[in-house]
Amino acid sequence: MKYAIELVGITKRFARTVANDNVTLSVSAGSIHALVGENGAGKTTLMETLYGIYQPDSGKIRIHDTEVAIKSPQDSIRQGIGMVHQHFMLVPTLSVLENIILGAEDTRNAFLDLAKTSERITALADKFSLSVPLNEKVQDLGVGIQQRVEILKALYRKADILILDEPTAVLTPQESTRLFGILSELKQQGKTIVLITHKLNEVMEISDRVSVMRKGKIVGEMDTPTTSPQEIAELMVGRPVLLRVEKSKANTGKPVLSISNLSYVDRRGVEILKNVNFSVASGEILGIAGVEGNGQTQLVECITGLVKPTSGTISLNGVNLVGFPVKRVFDSGLAHVPEDRLKRGLVVDFTVKENLILGLHTRQEFNSRLSMRRSAIEQNARMLIKKYDVRPDDPDAIARGLSGGNQQKVIIARELSRNAQLIVASQPTRGVDIGGTEFIHRSIISERDKGKAVLLISADLTEVLSLSDRIAVIYDGMIVKIFPDNKVEESELGLFMTGTKGNGREASLA
Amino acid sequence: MISQILSLAFLAQTIRITVPYALASIGGVYSERGGVTNIALEGIILTGAFCTVVGTYYTGSPLVGILCGVSGGLLTALIHAVVSINIKADQIISGIAINLFAVGITKFVLEILFHSSSNSSRIVGLPHIPMGFIEHQPDVAHLLGNPMVLATIAIIIASQFIIFRTRFGLRLRAVGENPEAADTVGIKVNLYRYYGVMISGVLAGLSGAWLAFDQHSFTDGMSAGRGYIALAAMIVGKWNPLGAAAACLLFGFAESLQIQLQGGGLPTQFIQMIPYIATIIVLAGFIGKAVAPAADGVPYEKEK
Ligand SMILES: Nc1ncnc2c1ncn2[C@@H]1O[C@H](COP(=O)(O)OP(=O)(O)OP(=O)(O)O)[C@@H](O)[C@H]1O
Ligand SMILES: [Mg+2]
Repeated sequence: MKYAIELVGITKRFARTVANDNVTLSVSAGSIHALVGENGAGKTTLMETLYGIYQPDSGKIRIHDTEVAIKSPQDSIRQGIGMVHQHFMLVPTLSVLENIILGAEDTRNAFLDLAKTSERITALADKFSLSVPLNEKVQDLGVGIQQRVEILKALYRKADILILDEPTAVLTPQESTRLFGILSELKQQGKTIVLITHKLNEVMEISDRVSVMRKGKIVGEMDTPTTSPQEIAELMVGRPVLLRVEKSKANTGKPVLSISNLSYVDRRGVEILKNVNFSVASGEILGIAGVEGNGQTQLVECITGLVKPTSGTISLNGVNLVGFPVKRVFDSGLAHVPEDRLKRGLVVDFTVKENLILGLHTRQEFNSRLSMRRSAIEQNARMLIKKYDVRPDDPDAIARGLSGGNQQKVIIARELSRNAQLIVASQPTRGVDIGGTEFIHRSIISERDKGKAVLLISADLTEVLSLSDRIAVIYDGMIVKIFPDNKVEESELGLFMTGTKGNGREASLA
Repeated sequence: MISQILSLAFLAQTIRITVPYALASIGGVYSERGGVTNIALEGIILTGAFCTVVGTYYTGSPLVGILCGVSGGLLTALIHAVVSINIKADQIISGIAINLFAVGITKFVLEILFHSSSNSSRIVGLPHIPMGFIEHQPDVAHLLGNPMVLATIAIIIASQFIIFRTRFGLRLRAVGENPEAADTVGIKVNLYRYYGVMISGVLAGLSGAWLAFDQHSFTDGMSAGRGYIALAAMIVGKWNPLGAAAACLLFGFAESLQIQLQGGGLPTQFIQMIPYIATIIVLAGFIGKAVAPAADGVPYEKEK
């Protein structure tokens, strides 16, 4: 068998952690190789070491049977390696074209030769069906398109080995399908692909072989057709995992959140939410399914008081929240797990214990008016870290240094510790590994069983279907359908999510 | 009074004031586009002026003087580069320290060389290219034929192209907006940041040289806040060379208006406020939101 990549005995230490511990990994040329593992297992570090961002403390790298020294991304680019990073590496204020050529520019008489380059890129884009608007600024584009820009960027540098780090974490189901089409096409043309992902159905669907990492080591490697999601999950976590969510029937009480005739027009005058009506009762989870960008973000912002709706009411236990300042909204009995954990969920340069009291910091138990009660804050952190299994179990760790999954656990821990009547959870498990996801799902269900009302917003259909007691579908700012239970086919949901069905269109289709 | 404003002399005055602003301001554009905040411009101008005077005085050659001024500016900027890029210290503090240091050191050497704590001996001015058609107005002719005026115009236009149309400019902008992204495509982030700061040193040094020739001597603290005005102009001009130059021209215009209006019956305090009021009005009213390069002022670290 011919290998495109051979990593032999790679070890990479950071100040406190051994991210890769004597890792050996071989990837056959022309195959799609999946790399899976829990948050913090060391997948990104391994691939970034291959890409030259980090220097391994020991170990060898062979590319196409030749041992190579990769001291910087420049070296790996020269070896034909391209990487699409977990957090995109694009310059938002530059155009798509500028981003693609950056670092590999063609010039004519000292000036950038944009005409010739656009032709080359257009040809490349056509070959792999990667259409992108070359002259628009990256900051104006959605994540799906940004990702295509990243792939083109690698192909433009003549990459024949392509590493994708959690490419579908930020994509809608439709965009993911499209991405997989592109990856198959790339494989057809002889490229080698390494795919890091947390979604086992993706591993099963597209990969030829899969390697499992745990705590910096490779703990298993098998041909995809010979394995099962269950086996992979167990290897990853080191114990049997429930891939299915187990929950009892909802014990529904009276409505906690009632939204009526809610509309929101944004600053540019675009109508984002159109006459939204629904309610969530105590003891139930209402899931909102929808393709991202159909008003979910603004719906949550209206409920949490971050923006003021144009009309309509949002009542929590009978009190209309509209017009309340954010603090009063939360004090009325709301907890919020925001969709963007780095922007709204955490102060990334604060410690874990500080993050665990954000928004609760004015409570008497943590604040004696004159100063913060440090021992209470410390104790609170120790208790929550233990209860939610946050790793490392260090109240003084800086939030920035935690893996994505553990950052998310900190947010969940804080929000659930508010003991609020209503929990609004947006994308609660995005980028979180299987073990963490299982844990977060169980926490949400146990809150429901305590009689809390839960509003769940997720782009992950599997999550919506498995957690929700009822499912509402949002499309173009409208709630187009509310299913009274979660016994609905994904394909059926998809039709409502894309606007093919719903709002009277059912009749015409039937 | 209108005729006074529209006169050639007034135009000349405006240009005379604008040139040093524009040079320093465009220097600031290079530095900040690359991600290094440069309030050290003030001190660089001062050092540039001082070195120009010393070079010209001892050789009698304005050309050697300019070279000295540029080198002095470059060296001062290099201090800022080392402190900001390698040592990763706070860039504002580094800038302030350099500005204070420049005041002290120039004064100190002034004492030694010229035995005066306030000004140097007189130096020759720049030769000018003859401008036949307005030679009857010597002030104006000397200014428009001044090689540094012509060079400044060339620098403004060239910078606009360099920043937005060349490989160097593209990389510089990338490094100032998202250094991680630049790093992952193999661009040497710190090298480009050095280039940016060094160019700002050369240009602010030239700005100082202009002041030196304009006054035919060095006087204590002669940069007189021009570095800060240049920074303000850079922001008003949204970190674009042409925009920054236009903002400098506006300041130059407001300042010559102020000079022109003095003694015209209005209270001087009011008149002296004109350039600043103009700044505030322009900033608040016409320019819209100016967005700095995202990584401006943030040192680049690989393994956080
Ligand atoms: N630049 C860094 N500096 C210090 N520690 C780091 C750095 N990058 C990663 N680590 C640590 O190394 C370990 C492996 O991290 P890595 O990002 O490779 O995990 P991962 O498998 O990609 O996880 P995820 O699924 O959350 O992306 C973690 O403990 C992490 O905290
Ligand atoms: Mg990762």
